[in-house]
Amino acid sequence: MGQQKEKAVKVDNLTKNFQIPLEAHSGLKQKLINTLKGRKGYREFTPLNDISFEIEKGDFFGIVGRNGSGKSTLLKTLAGIYAPDGGAVHVNGTLVPFIELGVGFNPELTGRENVFLNGALLGFSRKQMNDMYEDIVDFAELHDFMEERLKNYSSGMQVRLAFSIAIRADADILLLDEILAVGDEAFQRKCYAYFEELKQKKKTVILVTHSMDHVRKYCNKAMMIREGKVVVNGSPEDVANEYSLENLDSKAIVEHEGDAPDDEDSQQKINPIVSDFKIELTSAKKINQDDEVAIRYLIKPSKDALLKIEMDLQDIDKNTYVYSSNSDFRKYKKSELTEHTVKFKVKELNDMSLRVNSSIKDTDGNLVAYVWHDDAPTFMIRRNDYPGGEAKTFAVMYNRGKWIE
Amino acid sequence: MKISNIISPRNRILLRELVITDFKLRYQGSALGYAWSVLKPLFLFVIMYIVFDRFLQLGRDIEHFPVYLLLGIVLWGFFTESTINGLQSIIARGDLIRKINFPKYIIVVSGTVSSLINLLINLLVVMVFIIFNGVQVTWEALWIIPLLLELYIFALAMAFFLSAVNVKFRDIGHLWDVFLQAAFYATPILYPLSMVITQSELAARIIMLSPIAQIIQDIRYVLVTHDAVRLYDITHGWKVFIPFMIVSVFIVLAIYYFRKNSKKFAELI
Repeated sequence: MGQQKEKAVKVDNLTKNFQIPLEAHSGLKQKLINTLKGRKGYREFTPLNDISFEIEKGDFFGIVGRNGSGKSTLLKTLAGIYAPDGGAVHVNGTLVPFIELGVGFNPELTGRENVFLNGALLGFSRKQMNDMYEDIVDFAELHDFMEERLKNYSSGMQVRLAFSIAIRADADILLLDEILAVGDEAFQRKCYAYFEELKQKKKTVILVTHSMDHVRKYCNKAMMIREGKVVVNGSPEDVANEYSLENLDSKAIVEHEGDAPDDEDSQQKINPIVSDFKIELTSAKKINQDDEVAIRYLIKPSKDALLKIEMDLQDIDKNTYVYSSNSDFRKYKKSELTEHTVKFKVKELNDMSLRVNSSIKDTDGNLVAYVWHDDAPTFMIRRNDYPGGEAKTFAVMYNRGKWIE
Repeated sequence: MKISNIISPRNRILLRELVITDFKLRYQGSALGYAWSVLKPLFLFVIMYIVFDRFLQLGRDIEHFPVYLLLGIVLWGFFTESTINGLQSIIARGDLIRKINFPKYIIVVSGTVSSLINLLINLLVVMVFIIFNGVQVTWEALWIIPLLLELYIFALAMAFFLSAVNVKFRDIGHLWDVFLQAAFYATPILYPLSMVITQSELAARIIMLSPIAQIIQDIRYVLVTHDAVRLYDITHGWKVFIPFMIVSVFIVLAIYYFRKNSKKFAELI
């Protein structure tokens, strides 16, 4: 049992700086010009800022974070590819990183030659490679192609071959990047079966991923980083929740790009009576089934008008409307700021991320003003009454029903 | 780069695989394949021989001048090839360095070792010439082993230094090309050193302080003809050790510089 507590990886106050050159050229001339002008010629960038954490032997440890959060830098520093600028990484045992499949693959060499080269990079001797060569070829299902040059392989064949070698790696600690699971569905299944196998074998695995499903499914511990700092380090559930919460805002922005032309079209059609329309979520961003949602509206029309507010809740992941509520028509006075608050509960909904899209319409049904997409407030539901504590459903509605014999 | 790491099985395997790959890829796709390792210096030799021996008659005073010339060209060819390979090696293997952690010196060593194998093949061709020219080979020829070792260490030192500099300043490749051109003419490869001595003995002495000049002349002396003028024939005292000192200092400094910079290679490439 003492084995369980043994540390596999220990990271203390790890800091990493990069110097990003301001010019495209790295040359003596540029260096000389910079020195003469007293310029540094680069800007400092700190992708990892004082990070500390521990991974115990046998952990399946997930690292999540948005693009640019420092994930990849952390991965490469753990792998020893980058040297820390501050703090230290202690690795207890051998560590093999899979940042990419088929490192060192050369298109001019045959499949067979590439297997041996790649194997050497993973630390296998020629004898070990000879012993497992047949198994590798079997697994990749490439018997007829091993004497062909790699450049004549399809990309799928290359990935299959690389993966077949990679899963032979018998290190104490495996560092996996999610990018590994590329390729067709059949290959992805193989990949996930491999993850599952590692989990069963109680291997120490560090998995860098975007997928909260994978964090929940494979990891027993997880960590989220943002702007080079650890935000959450704990159970996969905590991390997945925090990650979804953080992603609420960014998703809206992504979607907005695609929808922008539509917005311009609708903007031209709207009747610009309302000059000021503001929406604010006054309740918490993360709620459970018993919490109340409160949304405040501020409206200032440029002339007297009879108007109503329509509010629609949109499930961001499924891109469907799940809930709506309309106010009654009422008279709004010219240049007078009117404030409303709508309150409701979401008892009936399962865990999801929601966006509050709102619009104002006149009595003829014309759109007068709206707040959609990235301007709209967002919140997420995390129920605490699931049996077993997890939402194992993709359904919109929460209903346990009654099953009768 | 601890000594124990150099001989660790893992690094040996990797070095071996990289050398094999380098060698396989060298003449990939060419009809004559490995024959080019021999043909290239032979063609160069034919040109040099016609121009410098037949037309300019530089080899009048030297016995077995064709073999003498070929040997010089082959040795110089090794120095050029291994340093240029070495210089580009780190950048060329950027894909590996960015994705996997392993001792970077293996890359530089593998680049120079494949040139060394090429040199040994070329020396076999030189041996054929030696036999056909009726050169008397004596036990003295065994000196070639320490001399080749010195040559390899010198080339390796340059490769370490240049490859690390090249990561930061890509200009170094062009500079090195120019330098090699100049050094080719500053080294007594095409012309006999005796021609320099008749003009200025001082100039000859300075030329011979270069480790490359010293090595080429020494190997010619022990293998082909005692007409090859060595550093010991024109200088005396401690100065005869200057080329060795240069090689020793270079290899130490180059390894130090390479180690200091190799940690950052993955970020800078």
